[in-house]
Amino acid sequence: MRNLIDILDLSVSEIEELTQIAEDIIKNPEKYQEKCRYKKLATLFFEPSTRTRLSFEAAMMELGGNVIGFSEANSSSAAKGESVSDTVKTVGCYADIIAMRHPKEGAPLAASFKAEVPIINAGDGGHNHPTQTLADLLTIKMEKGGFDNLTIGLCGDLKFGRTVHSLINAMSRYKNIRFVLISPEELSLPDYIKKGVIEKNNIPYTETRDLEEAVKDLDILYMTRVQRERFFNEADYIRLKDSYILTLEKLANAKKDLCVMHPLPRVNEISPEVDEDSRACYFKQVKYGKYMRMALILKFLEVEI
Amino acid sequence: MNIDSIKNGIVIDHIASGNSMEIYELLKLEELDCSVAIIKNAQSRKMGKKDIIKIDADVDINFDVLGYIDPNITVNIIKDGVLVEKRHLSLPKELVNVIVCKNPRCITSVEQGIKHIFKLSETENGVYRCAYCETKAKNQ
Repeated sequence: MRNLIDILDLSVSEIEELTQIAEDIIKNPEKYQEKCRYKKLATLFFEPSTRTRLSFEAAMMELGGNVIGFSEANSSSAAKGESVSDTVKTVGCYADIIAMRHPKEGAPLAASFKAEVPIINAGDGGHNHPTQTLADLLTIKMEKGGFDNLTIGLCGDLKFGRTVHSLINAMSRYKNIRFVLISPEELSLPDYIKKGVIEKNNIPYTETRDLEEAVKDLDILYMTRVQRERFFNEADYIRLKDSYILTLEKLANAKKDLCVMHPLPRVNEISPEVDEDSRACYFKQVKYGKYMRMALILKFLEVEI
Repeated sequence: MNIDSIKNGIVIDHIASGNSMEIYELLKLEELDCSVAIIKNAQSRKMGKKDIIKIDADVDINFDVLGYIDPNITVNIIKDGVLVEKRHLSLPKELVNVIVCKNPRCITSVEQGIKHIFKLSETENGVYRCAYCETKAKNQ
Protein backbone atom coordinates (compact mmCIF):
# COMPACT_ATOMS: atom_id res chain seq x y z
CA MET A 1 0.00 0.00 0.00
CA ARG A 2 1.36 3.38 -1.01
CA ASN A 3 1.11 6.81 0.62
CA LEU A 4 2.07 10.19 -0.78
CA ILE A 5 3.29 12.38 2.07
CA ASP A 6 6.22 14.12 0.39
CA ILE A 7 6.87 14.50 -3.34
CA LEU A 8 10.09 12.54 -2.84
CA ASP A 9 7.99 9.49 -1.96
CA LEU A 10 7.63 9.20 -5.74
CA SER A 11 10.70 8.26 -7.77
CA VAL A 12 11.61 10.07 -10.98
CA SER A 13 10.34 7.09 -12.98
CA GLU A 14 7.04 7.05 -11.07
CA ILE A 15 6.57 10.75 -11.82
CA GLU A 16 7.26 9.98 -15.46
CA GLU A 17 4.67 7.19 -15.29
CA LEU A 18 2.07 9.52 -13.71
CA THR A 19 2.65 12.24 -16.31
CA GLN A 20 2.22 9.65 -19.07
CA ILE A 21 -1.07 8.43 -17.57
CA ALA A 22 -2.24 12.05 -17.16
CA GLU A 23 -1.38 12.82 -20.79
CA ASP A 24 -3.30 9.72 -21.88
CA ILE A 25 -6.31 10.82 -19.78
CA ILE A 26 -6.21 14.21 -21.52
CA LYS A 27 -6.20 12.51 -24.93
CA ASN A 28 -8.68 9.69 -24.16
CA PRO A 29 -10.94 10.74 -21.25
CA GLU A 30 -13.65 8.21 -22.16
CA LYS A 31 -11.21 5.34 -21.58
CA TYR A 32 -11.04 6.27 -17.88
CA GLN A 33 -14.60 7.20 -17.01
CA GLU A 34 -15.47 3.87 -15.35
CA LYS A 35 -12.05 2.91 -13.97
CA CYS A 36 -12.93 3.64 -10.34
CA ARG A 37 -16.52 2.50 -10.38
CA TYR A 38 -17.65 1.38 -6.87
CA LYS A 39 -14.53 2.94 -5.33
CA LYS A 40 -14.72 5.74 -2.74
CA LEU A 41 -12.36 8.63 -2.09
CA ALA A 42 -12.60 10.36 1.30
CA THR A 43 -11.56 14.00 1.33
CA LEU A 44 -10.70 14.90 4.93
CA PHE A 45 -10.14 18.65 4.97
CA PHE A 46 -9.41 19.90 8.47
CA GLU A 47 -8.59 23.30 6.94
CA PRO A 48 -10.58 25.18 4.27
CA SER A 49 -9.64 24.75 0.62
CA THR A 50 -11.53 25.25 -2.59
CA ARG A 51 -9.22 24.21 -5.32
CA THR A 52 -7.50 21.15 -3.94
CA ARG A 53 -10.63 19.54 -2.48
CA LEU A 54 -12.71 20.16 -5.60
CA SER A 55 -9.86 18.97 -7.77
CA PHE A 56 -9.66 15.66 -5.88
CA GLU A 57 -13.42 15.27 -5.94
CA ALA A 58 -13.67 16.09 -9.66
CA ALA A 59 -10.78 13.68 -10.34
CA MET A 60 -12.55 10.80 -8.58
CA MET A 61 -15.89 11.62 -10.26
CA GLU A 62 -14.28 11.64 -13.71
CA LEU A 63 -12.98 8.16 -12.94
CA GLY A 64 -16.52 7.02 -12.16
CA GLY A 65 -15.92 6.78 -8.40
CA ASN A 66 -17.68 8.32 -5.41
CA VAL A 67 -16.60 10.88 -2.84
CA ILE A 68 -17.29 11.23 0.89
CA GLY A 69 -15.71 13.57 3.44
CA PHE A 70 -15.79 16.93 5.19
CA SER A 71 -14.50 20.36 4.28
CA GLU A 72 -13.67 21.83 7.68
CA ALA A 73 -12.62 20.50 11.06
CA ASN A 74 -15.76 21.88 12.74
CA SER A 75 -17.95 19.48 10.82
CA SER A 76 -15.86 16.44 11.84
CA SER A 77 -15.14 14.63 15.09
CA ALA A 78 -11.91 16.64 15.33
CA ALA A 79 -14.11 19.35 16.88
CA LYS A 80 -14.86 16.86 19.67
CA GLY A 81 -11.15 16.28 20.17
CA GLU A 82 -10.68 13.11 18.13
CA SER A 83 -7.10 12.38 17.12
CA VAL A 84 -6.03 12.30 13.47
CA SER A 85 -5.09 8.63 13.88
CA ASP A 86 -8.55 7.65 15.09
CA THR A 87 -10.24 9.69 12.34
CA VAL A 88 -8.32 7.95 9.55
CA LYS A 89 -8.75 4.50 11.08
CA THR A 90 -12.49 5.10 11.12
CA VAL A 91 -12.68 6.60 7.64
CA GLY A 92 -10.56 3.74 6.30
CA CYS A 93 -13.51 1.48 7.13
CA TYR A 94 -15.65 3.41 4.62
CA ALA A 95 -13.30 4.62 1.88
CA ASP A 96 -10.68 3.04 -0.40
CA ILE A 97 -8.33 6.01 -0.40
CA ILE A 98 -7.98 9.22 1.65
CA ALA A 99 -6.89 12.71 0.60
CA MET A 100 -6.19 14.77 3.68
CA ARG A 101 -5.45 18.41 4.42
CA HIS A 102 -4.54 19.48 7.93
CA PRO A 103 -3.19 22.73 9.44
CA LYS A 104 -0.59 20.84 11.50
CA GLU A 105 2.67 19.90 9.80
CA GLY A 106 3.21 16.16 9.57
CA ALA A 107 -0.44 15.23 10.20
CA PRO A 108 -0.69 13.08 7.04
CA LEU A 109 2.47 11.18 8.04
CA ALA A 110 0.97 10.52 11.48
CA ALA A 111 -2.23 9.39 9.72
CA SER A 112 -0.31 7.05 7.41
CA PHE A 113 1.13 5.15 10.39
CA LYS A 114 -2.38 4.08 11.41
CA ALA A 115 -4.48 4.06 8.24
CA GLU A 116 -5.28 0.88 6.38
CA VAL A 117 -5.90 2.67 3.07
CA PRO A 118 -3.55 4.91 1.06
CA ILE A 119 -3.13 8.45 2.42
CA ILE A 120 -2.50 11.36 0.07
CA ASN A 121 -1.21 14.56 1.64
CA ALA A 122 -3.37 17.37 0.28
CA GLY A 123 -1.39 19.99 2.24
CA ASP A 124 -0.05 19.96 5.80
CA GLY A 125 0.31 23.49 7.13
CA GLY A 126 3.31 25.29 5.69
CA HIS A 127 5.15 22.03 5.13
CA ASN A 128 4.33 19.99 2.01
CA HIS A 129 1.77 19.90 -0.76
CA PRO A 130 2.89 17.09 -3.08
CA THR A 131 -0.16 16.94 -5.35
CA GLN A 132 0.25 20.64 -6.15
CA THR A 133 3.78 19.71 -7.16
CA LEU A 134 2.38 16.97 -9.40
CA ALA A 135 0.21 19.65 -11.04
CA ASP A 136 3.27 21.88 -11.38
CA LEU A 137 5.31 19.08 -12.91
CA LEU A 138 2.70 18.22 -15.53
CA THR A 139 2.46 21.94 -16.38
CA ILE A 140 6.23 22.09 -16.86
CA LYS A 141 6.19 18.91 -18.97
CA MET A 142 3.32 20.14 -21.16
CA GLU A 143 4.57 23.72 -21.53
CA LYS A 144 8.34 23.17 -21.69
CA GLY A 145 8.47 19.63 -23.11
CA GLY A 146 10.45 18.12 -20.23
CA PHE A 147 12.16 18.72 -16.90
CA ASP A 148 15.83 19.22 -17.83
CA ASN A 149 17.76 22.42 -18.76
CA LEU A 150 15.49 24.95 -17.03
CA THR A 151 16.09 28.18 -15.12
CA ILE A 152 13.32 28.42 -12.56
CA GLY A 153 12.50 31.65 -10.72
CA LEU A 154 10.59 31.29 -7.45
CA CYS A 155 9.07 34.55 -6.26
CA GLY A 156 7.28 35.80 -3.14
CA ASP A 157 6.88 33.84 0.06
CA LEU A 158 9.64 31.27 -0.11
CA LYS A 159 9.66 30.79 3.67
CA PHE A 160 6.15 29.49 4.31
CA GLY A 161 5.29 28.55 0.70
CA ARG A 162 4.99 24.78 0.90
CA THR A 163 4.49 24.44 -2.86
CA VAL A 164 7.86 26.11 -3.40
CA HIS A 165 9.60 23.67 -1.06
CA SER A 166 8.06 20.64 -2.74
CA LEU A 167 8.81 21.97 -6.25
CA ILE A 168 12.47 22.57 -5.37
CA ASN A 169 12.71 19.04 -4.00
CA ALA A 170 11.16 17.61 -7.14
CA MET A 171 13.12 19.66 -9.69
CA SER A 172 16.45 19.07 -7.91
CA ARG A 173 16.45 15.55 -9.35
CA TYR A 174 16.65 16.72 -12.98
CA LYS A 175 19.61 17.74 -15.14
CA ASN A 176 20.97 21.24 -15.64
CA ILE A 177 18.50 23.05 -13.39
CA ARG A 178 19.16 26.55 -12.01
CA PHE A 179 17.08 28.32 -9.36
CA VAL A 180 16.61 32.07 -8.92
CA LEU A 181 15.15 32.85 -5.49
CA ILE A 182 13.27 36.17 -5.45
CA SER A 183 11.89 37.25 -2.06
CA PRO A 184 12.12 39.84 0.72
CA GLU A 185 14.71 38.85 3.32
CA GLU A 186 12.05 37.97 5.92
CA LEU A 187 10.43 35.46 3.56
CA SER A 188 13.56 33.89 2.12
CA LEU A 189 13.93 30.16 1.60
CA PRO A 190 14.65 28.22 4.84
CA ASP A 191 18.22 26.98 5.23
CA TYR A 192 17.20 23.35 5.40
CA ILE A 193 15.99 23.59 1.80
CA LYS A 194 18.75 25.90 0.58
CA LYS A 195 21.57 23.86 2.10
CA GLY A 196 19.87 20.49 2.48
CA VAL A 197 18.44 20.31 -1.04
CA ILE A 198 19.84 22.89 -3.47
CA GLU A 199 23.46 22.99 -2.30
CA LYS A 200 23.51 19.29 -1.47
CA ASN A 201 22.60 18.51 -5.10
CA ASN A 202 25.18 21.03 -6.42
CA ILE A 203 22.50 23.08 -8.15
CA PRO A 204 23.48 26.65 -9.03
CA TYR A 205 21.21 29.33 -7.54
CA THR A 206 21.07 33.05 -6.97
CA GLU A 207 19.11 35.08 -4.46
CA THR A 208 17.76 38.48 -5.34
CA ARG A 209 15.18 41.06 -4.23
CA ASP A 210 14.70 42.37 -7.79
CA LEU A 211 12.00 40.58 -9.81
CA GLU A 212 12.28 42.85 -12.87
CA GLU A 213 16.00 42.20 -13.23
CA ALA A 214 15.74 38.48 -12.57
CA VAL A 215 12.88 37.76 -14.98
CA LYS A 216 14.85 38.05 -18.22
CA ASP A 217 16.82 34.83 -17.67
CA LEU A 218 13.93 32.65 -16.61
CA ASP A 219 12.22 29.74 -18.38
CA ILE A 220 9.70 29.41 -15.56
CA LEU A 221 8.49 32.04 -13.10
CA TYR A 222 6.69 30.51 -10.12
CA MET A 223 4.77 33.22 -8.26
CA THR A 224 3.40 32.67 -4.75
CA ARG A 225 1.02 34.38 -2.38
CA VAL A 226 2.14 35.80 0.96
CA GLN A 227 -0.04 33.62 3.17
CA ARG A 228 -1.86 35.43 5.95
CA GLU A 229 -2.66 32.17 7.79
CA ARG A 230 1.04 31.37 8.28
CA PHE A 231 1.79 34.57 10.23
CA PHE A 232 1.46 34.79 14.00
CA ASN A 233 1.67 38.58 13.71
CA GLU A 234 -0.80 40.53 11.53
CA ALA A 235 1.52 43.56 11.31
CA ASP A 236 4.24 41.46 9.65
CA TYR A 237 1.71 40.16 7.12
CA ILE A 238 0.51 43.66 6.19
CA ARG A 239 4.10 44.89 5.77
CA LEU A 240 5.10 42.06 3.42
CA LYS A 241 1.95 41.14 1.50
CA ASP A 242 2.54 43.44 -1.48
CA SER A 243 6.25 42.72 -1.84
CA TYR A 244 6.02 41.44 -5.41
CA ILE A 245 3.30 42.15 -7.93
CA LEU A 246 3.77 40.83 -11.46
CA THR A 247 2.55 43.18 -14.21
CA LEU A 248 2.89 43.21 -18.00
CA GLU A 249 5.47 45.97 -17.59
CA LYS A 250 7.63 43.71 -15.42
CA LEU A 251 7.33 40.98 -18.05
CA ALA A 252 8.64 43.31 -20.80
CA ASN A 253 12.16 41.83 -20.67
CA ALA A 254 11.09 38.23 -20.12
CA LYS A 255 11.55 35.46 -22.68
CA LYS A 256 8.73 34.98 -25.17
CA ASP A 257 8.25 31.38 -24.06
CA LEU A 258 8.42 32.07 -20.33
CA CYS A 259 5.93 29.98 -18.38
CA VAL A 260 4.31 31.98 -15.52
CA MET A 261 2.94 29.64 -12.85
CA HIS A 262 1.10 30.18 -9.57
CA PRO A 263 -0.40 27.56 -7.23
CA LEU A 264 -3.41 29.85 -6.70
CA PRO A 265 -5.36 31.38 -5.06
CA ARG A 266 -3.73 34.70 -5.85
CA VAL A 267 -4.50 37.83 -3.93
CA ASN A 268 -2.83 40.57 -5.94
CA GLU A 269 0.61 39.19 -6.74
CA ILE A 270 -0.26 38.77 -10.42
CA SER A 271 -2.10 41.67 -12.01
CA PRO A 272 -5.24 40.46 -13.92
CA GLU A 273 -3.87 42.05 -17.14
CA VAL A 274 -1.25 39.26 -17.20
CA ASP A 275 -4.01 36.62 -17.55
CA GLU A 276 -4.41 37.45 -21.25
CA ASP A 277 -0.68 37.08 -21.96
CA SER A 278 0.24 33.78 -23.65
CA ARG A 279 2.90 33.23 -20.98
CA ALA A 280 0.27 32.96 -18.20
CA CYS A 281 -0.07 29.24 -17.40
CA TYR A 282 -1.68 29.29 -13.96
CA PHE A 283 -5.20 28.35 -15.01
CA LYS A 284 -3.87 25.54 -17.19
CA GLN A 285 -2.01 24.41 -14.08
CA VAL A 286 -5.34 23.96 -12.29
CA LYS A 287 -6.61 21.70 -15.06
CA TYR A 288 -3.38 19.70 -15.14
CA GLY A 289 -3.70 19.23 -11.37
CA LYS A 290 -6.95 17.33 -11.80
CA TYR A 291 -5.41 14.99 -14.39
CA MET A 292 -2.41 14.25 -12.18
CA ARG A 293 -4.70 13.53 -9.22
CA MET A 294 -6.65 11.13 -11.46
CA ALA A 295 -3.40 9.40 -12.41
CA LEU A 296 -2.34 9.21 -8.76
CA ILE A 297 -5.67 7.73 -7.61
CA LEU A 298 -5.44 5.09 -10.37
CA LYS A 299 -1.90 4.19 -9.37
CA PHE A 300 -2.57 4.00 -5.61
CA LEU A 301 -5.76 1.98 -6.09
CA GLU A 302 -3.75 -0.31 -8.38
CA VAL A 303 -6.36 -0.02 -11.11
CA GLU A 304 -5.42 -1.74 -14.34
CA ILE A 305 -5.21 0.74 -17.17
CA MET B 1 37.45 10.25 45.88
CA ASN B 2 36.68 6.56 45.40
CA ILE B 3 33.59 4.75 44.26
CA ASP B 4 33.64 0.98 44.70
CA SER B 5 34.10 -0.96 41.49
CA ILE B 6 31.02 -2.86 40.32
CA LYS B 7 30.70 -6.60 39.85
CA ASN B 8 27.88 -6.82 37.32
CA GLY B 9 26.78 -3.67 35.59
CA ILE B 10 27.57 -0.81 33.26
CA VAL B 11 30.03 2.04 33.33
CA ILE B 12 29.25 4.95 31.05
CA ASP B 13 32.59 6.66 30.59
CA HIS B 14 34.03 9.68 28.79
CA ILE B 15 30.90 11.77 29.27
CA ALA B 16 31.67 15.41 28.52
CA SER B 17 31.90 17.23 31.85
CA GLY B 18 28.47 18.50 32.89
CA ASN B 19 26.37 16.14 30.73
CA SER B 20 25.86 13.33 33.23
CA MET B 21 22.60 14.66 34.70
CA GLU B 22 21.04 14.98 31.24
CA ILE B 23 21.98 11.38 30.52
CA TYR B 24 20.67 10.30 33.93
CA GLU B 25 17.31 11.85 33.09
CA LEU B 26 17.07 10.70 29.45
CA LEU B 27 17.96 7.11 30.37
CA LYS B 28 15.38 7.34 33.20
CA LEU B 29 17.96 6.03 35.68
CA GLU B 30 15.91 7.40 38.56
CA GLU B 31 13.52 4.50 37.94
CA LEU B 32 16.20 1.90 38.82
CA ASP B 33 16.39 0.56 42.37
CA CYS B 34 20.04 -0.51 42.14
CA SER B 35 22.99 1.70 43.09
CA VAL B 36 23.76 4.39 40.54
CA ALA B 37 26.81 6.61 41.00
CA ILE B 38 27.30 9.86 39.13
CA ILE B 39 30.86 11.08 39.18
CA LYS B 40 31.27 14.64 38.02
CA ASN B 41 34.49 16.33 36.94
CA ALA B 42 36.66 13.23 37.23
CA GLN B 43 40.22 13.72 36.00
CA SER B 44 40.86 12.52 32.47
CA ARG B 45 44.14 12.50 30.59
CA LYS B 46 42.31 12.74 27.29
CA MET B 47 39.52 15.14 28.18
CA GLY B 48 40.86 17.09 31.17
CA LYS B 49 37.60 16.65 33.04
CA LYS B 50 34.88 14.10 32.41
CA ASP B 51 31.74 12.66 33.99
CA ILE B 52 31.16 8.95 34.64
CA ILE B 53 28.00 7.03 35.51
CA LYS B 54 28.23 3.62 37.18
CA ILE B 55 25.16 1.40 37.29
CA ASP B 56 25.38 -1.56 39.65
CA ALA B 57 23.10 -3.90 37.68
CA ASP B 58 22.90 -5.48 34.27
CA VAL B 59 20.20 -3.27 32.74
CA ASP B 60 19.17 -2.47 29.17
CA ILE B 61 20.53 0.87 28.10
CA ASN B 62 19.16 2.90 25.21
CA PHE B 63 22.39 3.32 23.24
CA ASP B 64 20.63 5.63 20.77
CA VAL B 65 20.12 8.18 23.54
CA LEU B 66 23.77 8.04 24.50
CA GLY B 67 24.96 8.26 20.90
CA TYR B 68 22.70 11.26 20.32
CA ILE B 69 23.97 13.16 23.36
CA ASP B 70 27.63 12.44 22.73
CA PRO B 71 28.99 9.85 20.29
CA ASN B 72 32.37 10.02 22.07
CA ILE B 73 30.97 8.29 25.15
CA THR B 74 32.16 4.73 25.80
CA VAL B 75 30.08 2.08 27.52
CA ASN B 76 31.82 -0.66 29.50
CA ILE B 77 29.88 -3.80 30.30
CA ILE B 78 31.13 -5.53 33.46
CA LYS B 79 30.37 -9.17 34.28
CA ASP B 80 31.74 -10.95 37.37
CA GLY B 81 34.07 -8.02 37.92
CA VAL B 82 35.59 -8.32 34.44
CA LEU B 83 35.27 -5.90 31.51
CA VAL B 84 33.59 -8.05 28.85
CA GLU B 85 32.64 -5.42 26.31
CA LYS B 86 33.73 -1.89 25.50
CA ARG B 87 31.22 -0.27 23.21
CA HIS B 88 31.94 2.85 21.14
CA LEU B 89 28.92 4.83 20.08
CA SER B 90 27.86 6.60 16.92
CA LEU B 91 25.08 8.98 16.01
CA PRO B 92 21.88 6.92 15.61
CA LYS B 93 20.00 7.29 12.31
CA GLU B 94 16.70 7.68 14.12
CA LEU B 95 15.56 8.73 17.58
CA VAL B 96 12.19 7.53 18.84
CA ASN B 97 10.65 9.12 21.94
CA VAL B 98 13.94 10.63 23.06
CA ILE B 99 13.32 14.32 22.34
CA VAL B 100 10.17 16.22 21.41
CA CYS B 101 9.57 18.71 18.61
CA LYS B 102 9.29 22.33 19.76
CA ASN B 103 7.50 23.54 16.62
CA PRO B 104 3.98 24.63 17.71
CA ARG B 105 2.73 23.91 14.16
CA CYS B 106 3.87 20.27 14.31
CA ILE B 107 1.24 17.51 14.66
CA THR B 108 3.24 16.10 17.60
CA SER B 109 2.24 19.19 19.63
CA VAL B 110 -1.42 18.05 19.70
CA GLU B 111 -1.78 14.38 18.75
CA GLN B 112 -2.11 12.05 21.73
CA GLY B 113 -0.02 8.89 21.82
CA ILE B 114 2.11 9.83 18.80
CA LYS B 115 5.70 8.61 18.52
CA HIS B 116 8.21 11.47 18.57
CA ILE B 117 10.59 10.59 15.75
CA PHE B 118 13.71 12.48 14.73
CA LYS B 119 15.98 11.54 11.83
CA LEU B 120 19.66 12.29 11.39
CA SER B 121 19.71 14.73 8.46
CA GLU B 122 23.34 15.97 8.49
CA THR B 123 25.76 13.35 9.76
CA GLU B 124 28.77 15.67 9.73
CA ASN B 125 27.06 18.27 11.95
CA GLY B 126 24.93 15.82 13.96
CA VAL B 127 21.73 17.63 12.95
CA TYR B 128 18.44 15.88 13.68
CA ARG B 129 15.08 16.89 12.21
CA CYS B 130 11.57 16.00 13.23
CA ALA B 131 10.23 13.26 10.92
CA TYR B 132 6.85 15.02 10.79
CA CYS B 133 7.65 18.71 10.19
CA GLU B 134 11.43 18.66 9.47
CA THR B 135 12.13 21.22 12.20
CA LYS B 136 15.68 21.02 13.54
CA ALA B 137 16.00 19.57 17.06
CA LYS B 138 16.21 22.58 19.37
CA ASN B 139 19.12 21.71 21.64
CA GLN B 140 21.59 21.64 18.74
